[in-house]
Amino acid sequence: MTGDKLAAGRLIGLFLLGVLLFNFPLLYLFNRPALYLGIPVLYFYLFAVWLMIIFFMLLISRYKSDKSLPDKNE
Amino acid sequence: MLATETVIFVSLCYIGALFAIAYYGDKRADSGSSIISNPYIYALSLAVYCTAWTFYGSVGRAASAGPAFLTIYLGPTLMATLGWLILKKVVRISKVHRITSIADFIGSRYGKSMTLGGVVTVIAVLGIIPYISLQLKAISSSFLLIHQYPSLEPLSYPAGIGIWSDTTFYVALLLAVFATLFGTRNLEATERHEGLVAAIALESMVKLVAFLAVGIFVTFFICDGLADLGERAMASVELRQLLTLPENTGAYSSWAAHIFLSMMAIVFLPRQFQVMVVENVNETHLNKAIWLFPLYLVAINLFVLPVAFAGMLSFGHSGLDADMFLLTLPMANKQVFLTLLVFIGGMSAATGMVIVETVALSTMICNDLVMPLLLHMPSLKLAQRSDLSGILLTIRRMGIIFVLLMGYAYFHYAGEYYTLVSIGLVSFAAVAQFAPSLLIGIFWKRGTRTGALLGLLAGFSIWFYTLFLPSLAGAGLIPQDFLEHGPFGIALLKPFELFGLDVFDHITHAVFWSMLANVSFYLAGSLFSRPSALEHTQAAMFVDVYRYVGRVHDSSLWRGTAYLPDLVSMLERFLGKERTEAALDNYAMAYGINRDQSLTRDPGLVNHIEKLLAGAIGAASARVMVASVVKEEPLGIDEVMDILNETRQAIIYSHELERATAELRAANQRLQELDRLKDEFISTVSHELRTPLTAIRSLAEILHDYPETTPERQQEFAGIIIRETRRLTRLITQVLDFQKMEMGRLRWTIASVDLKEVLEEAVSATGQLVAEKNIRMRLHLPDAPQRIYGDRDQLIQAMVNLISNAVKFCQPETGRIDVRLAADEKGATVSVADNGIGISEADQRHIFDRFHQVMDPARGRPAGTGLGLSITRRIIRHHKGELTVKSQLGKGATFSFFLPWKGLPASATDETSG
Repeated sequence: MTGDKLAAGRLIGLFLLGVLLFNFPLLYLFNRPALYLGIPVLYFYLFAVWLMIIFFMLLISRYKSDKSLPDKNE
Repeated sequence: MLATETVIFVSLCYIGALFAIAYYGDKRADSGSSIISNPYIYALSLAVYCTAWTFYGSVGRAASAGPAFLTIYLGPTLMATLGWLILKKVVRISKVHRITSIADFIGSRYGKSMTLGGVVTVIAVLGIIPYISLQLKAISSSFLLIHQYPSLEPLSYPAGIGIWSDTTFYVALLLAVFATLFGTRNLEATERHEGLVAAIALESMVKLVAFLAVGIFVTFFICDGLADLGERAMASVELRQLLTLPENTGAYSSWAAHIFLSMMAIVFLPRQFQVMVVENVNETHLNKAIWLFPLYLVAINLFVLPVAFAGMLSFGHSGLDADMFLLTLPMANKQVFLTLLVFIGGMSAATGMVIVETVALSTMICNDLVMPLLLHMPSLKLAQRSDLSGILLTIRRMGIIFVLLMGYAYFHYAGEYYTLVSIGLVSFAAVAQFAPSLLIGIFWKRGTRTGALLGLLAGFSIWFYTLFLPSLAGAGLIPQDFLEHGPFGIALLKPFELFGLDVFDHITHAVFWSMLANVSFYLAGSLFSRPSALEHTQAAMFVDVYRYVGRVHDSSLWRGTAYLPDLVSMLERFLGKERTEAALDNYAMAYGINRDQSLTRDPGLVNHIEKLLAGAIGAASARVMVASVVKEEPLGIDEVMDILNETRQAIIYSHELERATAELRAANQRLQELDRLKDEFISTVSHELRTPLTAIRSLAEILHDYPETTPERQQEFAGIIIRETRRLTRLITQVLDFQKMEMGRLRWTIASVDLKEVLEEAVSATGQLVAEKNIRMRLHLPDAPQRIYGDRDQLIQAMVNLISNAVKFCQPETGRIDVRLAADEKGATVSVADNGIGISEADQRHIFDRFHQVMDPARGRPAGTGLGLSITRRIIRHHKGELTVKSQLGKGATFSFFLPWKGLPASATDETSG
């Protein structure tokens, strides 16, 4: 249960980070018509943050399932 | 060439394959080895979120508004991060309470309310209808386009086309048949559809593969990779705009509002609730799904922008709809296989959504709208019918057909007003109205039915007024005037600029006002209303779901009797004989209940049956059904009082325990204190005894050993010996007296006594003592005799004690003692005043206690036995009087007591102690 709570807390932190990164004013910094590695800067930023959040979710949920008992029905 | 027949044939094959999967899935589920019980299938089934709107519409949105299309997918990702906090709880609650739909969930939370369930159903149906019309539009458009293959002409809907010649109408009918076959195939009316979920997962795979295939083809074969597309976009004025958000005030608020909407949609769209919550096999699947599903979203969005740019660059202003670039690009490049794949992918996206959505909606219509109404019509005698699962299935099938026809009607009359994406957002805004009552409701127990109802109605009204009505007006069903000038020309009520708020786009504007109204009414309604007992119970069960799991008995507030055969036969009507038997046997084994009994008062069993039933027909209906069989005794004031009393008793009992403990502790302390005092007393007494004894012995030894001592000396020594012996006697008498008093064995001889005599006697008895210290003692007496009833000897003893006490603390030579007797109509007051060392305030409180001794500052040891005052007080108390002291350190002390005339009765000769 503690593993669950820890993971829940981290995921809430991740949520707040996501809200921050996906919104004004941080979004404003990347709102330029330019290319980075051939990809429009704003899209590059959004996809990068997006993938980063997913990666963190993966890490957090894996960490949690390592610490707790193996799932019975899997 | 791509013949229409080929398209239809491939489509039918594909649908046949889906049916095969669904059939296989159901079979495996029945045999207990589910094929959908793993997190990957679960995550894929969540991707039913990506409809034809995603498949075709994202490209169109990217081509018109740039990055804004991404908001629809960023929101679910953010919601996934809250999976642990919100989704897991919702899933757990739904499993415990066998929730069948979102209407059921909200209704159950607020006291299994039928009204709420019905309102949620109506909102969901009205809100989703535009969304369904969007899918119909997508399928028919794609079919019409592929029908022209290989020529590419912009589609045009001839105005006033007849229903019977409209492809979309046939698409709607076909989808209705699919959905009916998929969703209501089983005769058993239960909430879960494993086969359906398996088919949906496959469809999610197909649409993703199709989109990626076209994306790769367009990006790397038509164009020279991403960088090439980027360069060309930068070079074009039109495309450059799509790289960024527009630089106006509303852009960022729209962005945030759309992310919020999609966050809500991923939970509250009926189809999402169905696959995520109702069809969830195992809670732990969420752990993986919360990152797998967002990954799917990233994948399906990767090529949206490249396809949009490629389409715009290829077709320019040819009039081809950007919504269909995904199909028209392979067509323009003569890719038969890819074209077909896209068509199938688009169909997957649309059919998946329509099937799950209509199944979810029809379950809601059946369980939360129609059944409760039918059950409340006693004339139908529905509760007595034997074949209810047939009725249920019919209602659900009708529900599916109704929803699809409504979708078609909306498409036919109003669908052209909004673009694809806006229509989807209109639906999102409708289901977001469920957010306050559900999300706040699972964390805040105080939320009540009234609050939820008010919030939902307020939010929904605003949604209806600001989004739904305008679409009807735009379609010409109601006067256009209403949009431009407001109703009756009231500008403040313009549906797109309510109260003059004109900084947002239509969707953001509607979201702001509706959520504001919804949350405010919800909170205010909750805070100003009182929940019923059932609401209280349900609220606690939902909010504290983790705490109650394992010992679920929300029926403590339930009293009633039921005939078990009645309950069983009712259950059989919905679940079938086998499942009923199995379910009841399990329960009987787990809780040790005798299945043979015919009458049951076990609230747990009735509750269990209600839950089983709720799985089939929803909580509100199940409650009505069970109530029709069970003779429920409404919770009378007596029961409530009983429950309250039990609680109160427990509290009182614990208070009593606390008090008793405290008393015991105090008694123990006193005992210890007394023990200590007794020890001290014994040592004091033995000391007091030894001092005179030593003096007597040594003087006697002198007299014995030195007979030559002068007679004067001998006389003197003998005098001392006599005095010390007297002191010993007094001491021993006191100890004996005290002992008697303590044991209650002192004999009181009550007779008429003259207090004047008593005082005179006492003064003369102590005369010797006073004379020895050369103290002046004066006696102030009234003239008349003062008679009371009392024990003469004891009263004299009390006076002697007081006087000798005064002597003890007076200085020799200068000491003065005044003994006074004063009388009034109530009684006599006797006082003994001295001018000795006085008694400190701290000592005053204790001097009457047994064994308490005031330290003699001069001698550094106790000045008496510590019994005199204690004995005196007992004597006075026995005469119904009270002994008090007034004193200041260094200024002497005055002991006085008051004896009432009506103290002791004449015959009170007894042995009781004071």
